[in-house]
Amino acid sequence: MNTRVAPPGIAPGNKAESGYIGQSVARPNAKRLLQGRGVFVDDLRLPRLAHVAFFRSPHAHARIRKLEFAKARGMPGVIAVVEGRALAEYCTPWVAVLGHLKGIKSPPQNALAIGRACWAGEAVAAVVAESRAQAEDALECIEAEWEPLPAVVAMEDALAGRPVIHPEFEDNICFKREFDTGDVDAAFARADVVVEETFDFGRHTGVTLEGRSLLADYNAAEHTLTVYHSTQAPHMMQDIFSRHLAIPEANVRVIAKDVGGSYGIKVHVYPDEMATAALSVMLRRPVKFVADRLESFLTDIHAREHKATIRLACNRDGEILAFDLDDLTAIGPYSVYPRTSGIEGNQVVNLTGGPYKHKHYRARLNVVFTNKNVTCQYRAVGHPIAVAITEGIVDLAAEKIGMDPAEFRRRNLIPDDAYPYTSASGMKFEQLSHQQVLDKLLKLMDYDKLRAEQAELRKKGVYRGIGLAAMIEVTNPSPAFYGVGGARISSQDGAAIRLEPTGMVTCMVSVTEQGQGTEAIFAQIAATALGVTMDRVRIVTGDTGVTPYGGGTWASRGAGIGGEAVLQASKVLRSNILDVAAVILKTSGEMLDVRDNDIVDARTGEVKLSLAELGRIAYFRPDTLPLDFQSELMVTRHYTPRSYGFAFTNGFQASLVEVDTDTGFVKLLKHWCVEDCGTIINPQLVDEQIRGGIVQGIGGALFEECVYSAEGQMLNANMADYLVPMADEMPDIIVGHVVTPTKSSELGAKGAGEAGTAGAPGAVMNAINDALRPLHARVTVQPATPERVLKALGKV
Amino acid sequence: MDHSVEITLTVNGAKVNRRIPARLHLVDFLRDELGLTGSHVGCEHGVCGACTLRVDGRIVRGCLMLAAQADGKRVDTIEGLSDSGELAELQAAFHVRNALQCGFCTPGMLMAAHDLVMNQPHATREQIRAHLSGNYCRCTGYHAIIDAVETVLSAHRTGGTQA
Repeated sequence: MNTRVAPPGIAPGNKAESGYIGQSVARPNAKRLLQGRGVFVDDLRLPRLAHVAFFRSPHAHARIRKLEFAKARGMPGVIAVVEGRALAEYCTPWVAVLGHLKGIKSPPQNALAIGRACWAGEAVAAVVAESRAQAEDALECIEAEWEPLPAVVAMEDALAGRPVIHPEFEDNICFKREFDTGDVDAAFARADVVVEETFDFGRHTGVTLEGRSLLADYNAAEHTLTVYHSTQAPHMMQDIFSRHLAIPEANVRVIAKDVGGSYGIKVHVYPDEMATAALSVMLRRPVKFVADRLESFLTDIHAREHKATIRLACNRDGEILAFDLDDLTAIGPYSVYPRTSGIEGNQVVNLTGGPYKHKHYRARLNVVFTNKNVTCQYRAVGHPIAVAITEGIVDLAAEKIGMDPAEFRRRNLIPDDAYPYTSASGMKFEQLSHQQVLDKLLKLMDYDKLRAEQAELRKKGVYRGIGLAAMIEVTNPSPAFYGVGGARISSQDGAAIRLEPTGMVTCMVSVTEQGQGTEAIFAQIAATALGVTMDRVRIVTGDTGVTPYGGGTWASRGAGIGGEAVLQASKVLRSNILDVAAVILKTSGEMLDVRDNDIVDARTGEVKLSLAELGRIAYFRPDTLPLDFQSELMVTRHYTPRSYGFAFTNGFQASLVEVDTDTGFVKLLKHWCVEDCGTIINPQLVDEQIRGGIVQGIGGALFEECVYSAEGQMLNANMADYLVPMADEMPDIIVGHVVTPTKSSELGAKGAGEAGTAGAPGAVMNAINDALRPLHARVTVQPATPERVLKALGKV
Repeated sequence: MDHSVEITLTVNGAKVNRRIPARLHLVDFLRDELGLTGSHVGCEHGVCGACTLRVDGRIVRGCLMLAAQADGKRVDTIEGLSDSGELAELQAAFHVRNALQCGFCTPGMLMAAHDLVMNQPHATREQIRAHLSGNYCRCTGYHAIIDAVETVLSAHRTGGTQA
């Protein structure tokens, strides 16, 4: 019955019943990027375009006594110099809280700080000029008088209220949460073994190679605002620009063209970006802002910065009885709008101990304000912390009872036949595959052989370590993530698909593309469901004026949610196409099929009509069709995951390292990941998401840290001093899969974008500590810099 | 800042003459004066490699060179080397192997990779990694990029394709 012919570009015999689904098709939209013909925001030029640069606080906490603009206003090319109160006439402040994060609080935040700056780098004035260089020249001429205030820099000081940062609050606690299954103390009391460790995680940030950027173009005649924005969530930003700039939502259009890296950095509301849009309204002309690298380090959201103490109770035979967690995390002076800065800590509480079947769990979380840059959701939100502390303490427990860490995990994983399952922290899992994944990983890495090799090398004074990390990952979030808390962030997405008169297909999708390959997989899904070749399908994303409404790209949701919308829309379009064909051919739709761009006889495969001919008739000669027939060759469908709060995925990572005990340097030799993201639409794209994610995770584990002085100054806010992984230091990464499709959608796809980042820090940390074990040293601080390794060894 | 200089240079094979501010960086000159926006600005302090260009046959950081310093020189950008086909092989290998995601680093990465292909045809995987260590890629984790470059080098060595 499968009479399909392989389309051009796909090797014969490579295309099964599932069409392009499961094929490593190259991304059609990558060609323009390879030729330098992508369009990033900074590549755009409009008539009367003005450029803005921001005057930022040099102090971590200071009252603004006076801002003097006279000299700056006289500088060449300067169009306007504006402070906070003047801009507030055009842009209302915001407060980042969510209803379901009970008790969360944050003060109102303005586009330009008014009266007081709360972190070094906060924008307090803006200069608009004919060029960015002129705007920066004028910045130098702004005279400011500051009254420095005490800066709260350390998390412990923040928690103790030494002093309280915001006068309207009684303390520095943005959000706190306590969770308790009950009987935790009893479980610890009856345990054979109790282990405890405190882990510290430094702040790091996304370092998108393209800085945050937007070009806001207000048209006073129409009272419309068009924003070309390097963003992950165009509809969310449309709503926010509309509400805070008092422009009807229908008059706001947000266009995301090529986006030069996002990883969660470009899904938040930034004051300087809101200021840019407000300045466009105020000045009635287009205004562009591109964060330069120094601004990026000081103002792109940071993430992590946790101090987590975790205890584990287990029996001598390796059964984990309970986890007990106390997590403290600092978020800067404001909760970030509109997703809040309470989510990462909340995720740590939800996910700690996640892969295991213990029954008792207690957690305390404190999220505190400090006078550093803000933190918020960055790739894998909370997962790297939860995985590292869980897997770190699990390794310690295994060591204490003298059991191999792989075996210890095997005994405690939630069994593959136990689903559906509710974890001790209350997470609901539809179907996970921890046991299959662990088996596959150990085989893939040849675990036993590596252990033997490790033992041999130790005799020669070579310290190799093998680290394992099990993980679960939140993907395909339902409205339970943000919507229920009152945030106007869509958890549903839509696809509108149209057969063109030429037989081509155009599909507009609300999920955006930042290089993950979203558009490629949507084309694969649409082509497969329609029965056309991929070269016939054109995908359009990133334009609120064009696509259906949706959430965009975050929380590993693009393939699972957007992909299902594309599938459902395509299926209906196919059916509608067959209706038209049946009328033209005077037969019934069931007798026909769409295969390789033609209408064919469903039984014999004989070509009856090309889609181009069908399109011609439907659009230009409908007079030849029966009077009571109207073709519908454009279809829109939406999808919202609702049966579970999240489509959890699972996976295991392993890291092989060698530690130089004289220098403290860690050499990454190899890294493995086996994960289960359900249906795999494009294996190569999934593997590359995993690899890229792993390397970002390794960055946090070994290199990346926003270092602050005691006065709240970021000391390494440039690319030379803030280290990220480079090609030379990175290992080859082996990726394997177990496939358990989610039953909540027909496509069965779960997310894969964050799994790498979630598990890598835990695996690398465990590998280092495995290497150091014979020396009775442990590193519990990330990043594990050479200095920290040497400290652990007692050498410095 | 009022100092201006007149420069004449060859950009992608075409002669260009402009009066420009003395402080203008080469990459800003290409992007803002000539509209050659394929060279990207990632850090403006010579670290990330996104602005990697070719000047008189050698790769340079477009943010560390002034446009004035390019007077009388030959500058090749991603646009020119794409149109001439010089990068076609690497571009095809990057495409097939998905050795790019967001694509912001890609023009600079291709410039650096091409330099390696021309000057170190026998580079090992480790040498490829070392050569590309001046170019940030925040998306791929590098593995696919190394694979793609290795594919091109090995095709050359087996005589499968020509540069």
